[in-house]
Amino acid sequence: MTAAVKIPKRPAEAASRLLMSGNDAVARAVWEAGVRVAAAYPGTPSTEILENVATYPDIYTEWSVNEKVSLEVAFGAAMAGSRSFCAMKHVGMNVASDALMTMTLTGVAGGLVIAIADDVGLSSSQNEQDSRFWGRFAHVPLLEPADSQEAHHFTLAAFELSEQFQVPVILRLTTRICHVKGLVTVGERRERAVDGFTKDVSRWVMLPATVSRRLPLMFEREKRLRAEAEISSLNVIEDGEDRRIGFVTSGPAYMHVRECFPEAPVFKLGFSYPLPIERLRQFAETCDQVVVVEEVEGLVENEIKAQGITVIGKAILPVSGELSPQVLKPAIARLLGESPPELTPTAPMKVFPRPPTMCVACPHLGVYYTLSRLRNVTISGDIGCYTLGYGHPWNALDAVISMGASMGMALGLDKGRSDAEKDKKVVAVIGDSTFLHMGMQGLLDIVYNRGNVTVLLLDNRAVGMTGGQDNPASGRNIHGEEAPRVDFARLVKALGVREERVHEVDAYQLPVLWKTLRTETAIPEPSVIITNQPCVLIKDYHPLKPYTVIDQKCTGCGNCIDVGCPAIHVSRREMVKKPSGREVELAFVRIESAACTGCGLCLQPCAPDAIVPVDTLSMPIKIVRKSAESTTQST
Amino acid sequence: MSETGKFATTNILVVGTGGQGVMTATEILAEAAIALGHDVKKTEVAGMAQRGGVVSSHLRFGEKVLSPQISPGSADVLLGFEAAETMRWRHMLRPKGLVLMNIGRLVPPVVDLGLYDYPTDPVAELHAVGTHVVAFDASTIAIELGDIRLGNTVMLGAISDHLPFPAAILESCILKRFASKKKELVELNRLAFAAGRQAAELAEAAEFAAEQAQMAQTNAAA
Repeated sequence: MTAAVKIPKRPAEAASRLLMSGNDAVARAVWEAGVRVAAAYPGTPSTEILENVATYPDIYTEWSVNEKVSLEVAFGAAMAGSRSFCAMKHVGMNVASDALMTMTLTGVAGGLVIAIADDVGLSSSQNEQDSRFWGRFAHVPLLEPADSQEAHHFTLAAFELSEQFQVPVILRLTTRICHVKGLVTVGERRERAVDGFTKDVSRWVMLPATVSRRLPLMFEREKRLRAEAEISSLNVIEDGEDRRIGFVTSGPAYMHVRECFPEAPVFKLGFSYPLPIERLRQFAETCDQVVVVEEVEGLVENEIKAQGITVIGKAILPVSGELSPQVLKPAIARLLGESPPELTPTAPMKVFPRPPTMCVACPHLGVYYTLSRLRNVTISGDIGCYTLGYGHPWNALDAVISMGASMGMALGLDKGRSDAEKDKKVVAVIGDSTFLHMGMQGLLDIVYNRGNVTVLLLDNRAVGMTGGQDNPASGRNIHGEEAPRVDFARLVKALGVREERVHEVDAYQLPVLWKTLRTETAIPEPSVIITNQPCVLIKDYHPLKPYTVIDQKCTGCGNCIDVGCPAIHVSRREMVKKPSGREVELAFVRIESAACTGCGLCLQPCAPDAIVPVDTLSMPIKIVRKSAESTTQST
Repeated sequence: MSETGKFATTNILVVGTGGQGVMTATEILAEAAIALGHDVKKTEVAGMAQRGGVVSSHLRFGEKVLSPQISPGSADVLLGFEAAETMRWRHMLRPKGLVLMNIGRLVPPVVDLGLYDYPTDPVAELHAVGTHVVAFDASTIAIELGDIRLGNTVMLGAISDHLPFPAAILESCILKRFASKKKELVELNRLAFAAGRQAAELAEAAEFAAEQAQMAQTNAAA
């Protein structure tokens, strides 16, 4: 979490044995490898890698605006001869791949390692894609550690490999590497001399004439890498007495295989692209049959099969999710014709779901409360905490696919609307960091092509979902030091949104939010409503006096519950008959004052003024937060 | 113990909701196990769980730990920071495993919205499926000590007599964390640890008495 300025810590002594997550271990190895430049955009499960690298001395670290820029920064440093590093979550490489697909042609001077963290098991992602494809697609080597100690060791090995073959190297991590803590023995930092940038247009300027000379070099390099994989000590064969099944596996799946089948022979792939086909062939010959246990796709399985080696894989194992012991044991038992072991003595007990919620006093609450009351609207959403607006009680978000997509999707919804939906409003919701990551271009497209979209730009000055990291909207860099802060109002005006259509509003002022949103959605041109309250988890947020409910005054209407703040609880329910004869359920509330930070959202829809500050119980008056800026007026 | 039986591994599952200190408590348990020379692996899925969602933290320690995950039906101890969350993870417990739980409740918005019900009596429901439950009110103990955030130290106090190492080791690992901070914090945590330990002891005695009474009744009926 963003707190005070972070001062580089004194790294733990070499040879210390430390409890480290995979992310901690990669960061430590990055420092030990003598890396001089490291860049990333936050994304689960990779975020902590750069957060951690930033705590070490002697490395330039940055939060970049997106993964493509981070990779380009790291590549630039590698061209200059420095060792450099870049980390991202799996979907980050979709953004960065444009750069990757050509830097594989130029290669690198200083070592460049790209850590890609796949969210196998979907802890916090919009898809479960398999990053091992990038090794194949870009013809670059790919390493897969299986625990924290290997994450450390393989990161160092990746830099060696990168310089030996002058190629970017992918370090493929998964959630179960990034966030598992285990013991790691650490080493010293080794400084390296930096040669500096060597001008060579035939190498660094990629256009048809130069590429035609680099392409054969790339394929020739891949041959040498294949030979290297065959002899690499990162690929290990562990012999076993039970030869009925030999396993080919990598990453965390290796640990699960070892746990479940301690007597089986195992080919553990560490250097998994290019595949060491000849060693795999020899291994297969020593076992009755071979099962490939890989997360997620049947990639290695298919490549081995293409070489005429018989293996089994996805025919008996799932193509999504983690291959944990509870998945592996029954699948292998069935293959061997044994009865699957009883893994769950009791069925799970029935309990309500507990989905993630927005925080108490989150500035997004008011926005979604307002959106939930807007009729005849399609809401195009984006990636961040505000994605949670799709759920209860708001149900006010209709589509989410990828970073920044709210803009383009909104324009498409506008242009592709049916005749019946001619009056339907289109709203796009996007956060500050996501807007800067990939949203700006989409807004430019809306303006340029005269789209009719109302954009809600929720500026909370932080990358909220990943833990409140800094970005160009926070005015601080990765170390918490002051940095130039982007001016969203000027930015969107510069993109062509008319001055009258740009509004900065206080996210805690429901009447203003409502009025602005209703007005702007009625006007058929692009408008941008910027909310300006900080994330409650960062230091810019200042809690106010908590509120409480005067029990006798509460009428049980439940309006405040619709705000969705987790500090509001129902104390009792009552069924009453309305004069119309209709039965309605009343929900009387209480506020958990210890959690409340006095944002004042819930008291705005409270008709009987039953919600009051805790310390003014004797004189219940409605307190309205002073807004920072004049709100309805355009800026 | 380990699913293969090859390595003696202790499996502790710590569960609760985002913000309760589940991950920190597990980390301290891990440190205690390391202090005794065990190999350790600790895992959880954070990310969206931080937003008030479900948190389950797996701790495995022993001579050599391979998979970081505890399989259903193999946790030796289930340490529940919240009543309904303890029920949610009951199936992870091995036969004859132990549940140590806080009876304190955290009601999520989906229940306040009237979409779901909170279980009426989580402890009774756990008993009904044949679970050995040691239940106590860690939330109230923490609040009475002055800060709900002491809840995780209370929970660690509760588990301290149910580990394959002395309670004092765990206590020192907790207090070490506050050594650099205010002295009062060390004292408060010492009190919270002791209170949790006592609460678990009393609850266990009550559970034992109830089980004896039930056995006597069953015998009498037979």
